[in-house]
Amino acid sequence: MTESSQDENIEVFTYSEIENIEGFIGNFDVTIRKKARSVDMAKCTGCGECVQKCPTKVPSEFDMGLGKRKAIYTPFAQAVPNVPVIDRDHCLKFLKDKCGVCQKVCPADAVDYTQKDEMVQRKVGAIIVATGFSLFDWTVYEEYGGGRYKDVITGLHLERMLDTSGPTEGKVIRPSDGREAKQIVFVQCVGSRDEAKGVPYCSRICCMYTAKQTILLKDHIPDSQSYVFYIDIRAAGKNYEEFVKKAQRESGTVYIRGRVSKIYDRGDKLIVQGADTLAGERVEIEADLVVLATAVVPNPDAVKLAQMLNMPYDQYGFYTEAHPKLQPVESVTAGVFLTGSCQFPKDIPDSVAMTGAASVRACAVFSQDELTIEPKIAWVDPEVCSGCFNCMEACPFDAIISEEYQGRYVARVRESVCHGCGNCAATCRTKAVNVKGFTDEEIYAQIEAPFFEEEVEVA
Amino acid sequence: MPEILNRGDIHAFKNEVLALIGQDASRCIQCGKCSSGCPIAYEMEHLPSQILRFIQLNMRDKALASNTIWLCAVCETCTVRCPESIDIAGIMDALRKICRREGVMPGDKKIAKFNEIFLNSIRGNGRVYELGLVMKYNMATAQPFKDALLGPVMFGKGKLKVAPDKVQDIAPVKAAFSKAKTFIAPKAKE
Amino acid sequence: MEIGYFPGCSLHSTAQEFDLSVKTVCDILGVRLMEIPDWNCCGASAAHETSEELGLALPYLDLVKAETANLETVLSPCPACFSHLAETHEKVVGDQTLGERLKSVTESRGYEGGVNNRHVLDYFMDDVGLGTIKEKVKTPLEGLKVACYYGCLTRLPGVNLDSVEHPEMMDKIVAALGAEAMDWTHKTECCGASLSITRTEIALRLGREILDAAQRAGADCVAVVCPLCQSNLDVRQAGINGKYKTAFSLPIVYLTQLMGVAFGAPKSQLGFDKHVVAPDVLKKY
Repeated sequence: MTESSQDENIEVFTYSEIENIEGFIGNFDVTIRKKARSVDMAKCTGCGECVQKCPTKVPSEFDMGLGKRKAIYTPFAQAVPNVPVIDRDHCLKFLKDKCGVCQKVCPADAVDYTQKDEMVQRKVGAIIVATGFSLFDWTVYEEYGGGRYKDVITGLHLERMLDTSGPTEGKVIRPSDGREAKQIVFVQCVGSRDEAKGVPYCSRICCMYTAKQTILLKDHIPDSQSYVFYIDIRAAGKNYEEFVKKAQRESGTVYIRGRVSKIYDRGDKLIVQGADTLAGERVEIEADLVVLATAVVPNPDAVKLAQMLNMPYDQYGFYTEAHPKLQPVESVTAGVFLTGSCQFPKDIPDSVAMTGAASVRACAVFSQDELTIEPKIAWVDPEVCSGCFNCMEACPFDAIISEEYQGRYVARVRESVCHGCGNCAATCRTKAVNVKGFTDEEIYAQIEAPFFEEEVEVA
Repeated sequence: MPEILNRGDIHAFKNEVLALIGQDASRCIQCGKCSSGCPIAYEMEHLPSQILRFIQLNMRDKALASNTIWLCAVCETCTVRCPESIDIAGIMDALRKICRREGVMPGDKKIAKFNEIFLNSIRGNGRVYELGLVMKYNMATAQPFKDALLGPVMFGKGKLKVAPDKVQDIAPVKAAFSKAKTFIAPKAKE
Repeated sequence: MEIGYFPGCSLHSTAQEFDLSVKTVCDILGVRLMEIPDWNCCGASAAHETSEELGLALPYLDLVKAETANLETVLSPCPACFSHLAETHEKVVGDQTLGERLKSVTESRGYEGGVNNRHVLDYFMDDVGLGTIKEKVKTPLEGLKVACYYGCLTRLPGVNLDSVEHPEMMDKIVAALGAEAMDWTHKTECCGASLSITRTEIALRLGREILDAAQRAGADCVAVVCPLCQSNLDVRQAGINGKYKTAFSLPIVYLTQLMGVAFGAPKSQLGFDKHVVAPDVLKKY
């Protein structure tokens, strides 16, 4: 991140949102909202004095609420740029017009409470969507406590605890009483592979990060014991199976084949009610800490972005690639590429590979002066077009524009945007629109051919 | 001798259950959540998920002979937690019906006997006569002194009646008993 | 106001205190209960396990009888009865062929779908309302710690009362009476009552787990709304203590008994003499 932020050809917008995208491949107009940071990026030196002196503490989002951050903060130590932001929902200056300490202590005079959101425009030729994923809200599982037990956490919470520079400095503790956890139960497929309460698909990453976490746990706490309740171990990657075996053989992780039915507390232990379907027995484990592998789901606003980009998405909200096998990093919209888990759950190697592919595809757009487009696209005969623009409404890709032709306005298809779906042709009342290669005449000819076989002359 | 799975139609039993009660056991992904939460699983010969597996693999005799289907208390924990929304308790119920219809030796004779006596009590009186029910059951299962200590306690509290409670018009009840079919074909999904 | 009432077999025998306390409480609330004339047993699970149609025909007959007596709302305190009536109603209303078939099987005048089935929980919560309940409280049950036990009620077919896994209806009513509803772990666990006679050891084992959880939560008593839960946990409590060397002495009381006490009804009208584990903890109210 640091390297790319310093590259002269790369402009990084952090703490910013895409407001609007118009145009088409090679000619996108992007409106970006730079949210008010309340710190002048040009002046700030990143000394951190303001953060240190800020009196307001807020649960840290990055640390999953396990640690605190200040009201003026950088989300994590290596964040780029190293310029803090003021959280206006918690800052005393904004809430009660009090304090103002950060401004007083800033040696660079960079703190600016009056800063406003700023809109900036950029022209880009290609767009790579890498918006990532969210985690399934597991509290719908009332049988797992529905969020009432502090010591039932998610894999991401544990990930933060295992980080030596994280909120617990690498200690794995029970959030309820701060005691070190010794008996740890991992529950796989929480939300995943559950058509009733969650999503039907497999989230793909949980088996491996869970195996990793059990290995790390054994390293951090040698007298700890991990149990993993699983349905199937999905370790289909290079060295993945071996890695799971390492967890089982070297770290002593016990895998129990069965989905957990209920978690409840008894004294200071959590009772995990499960079964081992291989042994044919119902089992219970008295746990100090329960770690849920929650499903990977699309971001809550994924659909909004898809609509901005005229880009299809699936029933869950994951972005749809142009072809599942042959065009895995292209979206249907020309010039828009996909990478990472915004398309479907992906682990790090897959995401990295996909990002390389998407970047190269984007470069390919720029490497030529002219674009090759699909031959089967729509065309409007301006002589026939009555200018009703019904086709414009029908087009799912925003490919039709209004254009002056001999003193009146008619529809025109932007060739680089059209996908040849034919909606416009079907909608047009004057038959002014046709898809090249699928004109009405051509279709009629095809229908007639089998019925008048003897009359067909072979040229 | 290992069971040869493909001697008959491997889908036969699954299709039979599907046709009888509209529950498709082949949807089961064998996650085991039903077994994990079953309060009676300790006492069962087979876990509920294994019964589902027997249906998937056309092991009809094995499923019908298991005491699991009789021990099921129909508490529905499995059904409400099933990630595939399979009515597992309903399937157990259907398997009991098949056993009754075909005269299969029940995997738990006492429970089957009790339910039979219970039903006879309704057939005769239109209502359940609890004292008579327990006495008949104890005689039928040759354990006359079972819960003998509880009888006086409950009597003392006036909780058991000496004579059965009866409905006046027993005819419709009798009609229902004589005419009712074991299974009603499930409605086709719209 | 007058509504229909379906006591079912248990409330006429082992659960007379439920019957009595429902009537007492309804009386205080100004609700007159009219028993379905000549009602018959809902068939419980035994009918259903033998014949699907019989399992529907018996509650169908009760719905017919209720409708014939012009009872628009029918209160069924027993969860099994309630579930069977509600489920049969749902199925018949949604399937005309089934309705015709059941009409012919029972040789009755047929059910038109005019009965509104209620359990005590939704009746008190939604129809009566917490506000009215609070108004009627004369002796708040202050200091009483209650573990509300729902058993399989929320999971039963045709029942759509509350959160399946973590119901709170009874807790809210208990809180409205001034008592403290404990958050505990075994609210919806199965008590094994259906195996109580045939496989007593299972019922004892499950009962022990429930009582243990209630005791851990610090409850003074367990509130129930099911005759089978009550008798299984109350009458079998001595058996549990004998088998597991425990010393439980937890009164298992009906929600309506607690309501009655809070409403200031005479205890003699609430059937406390029927309990095996004496509910002494309620004496001070």
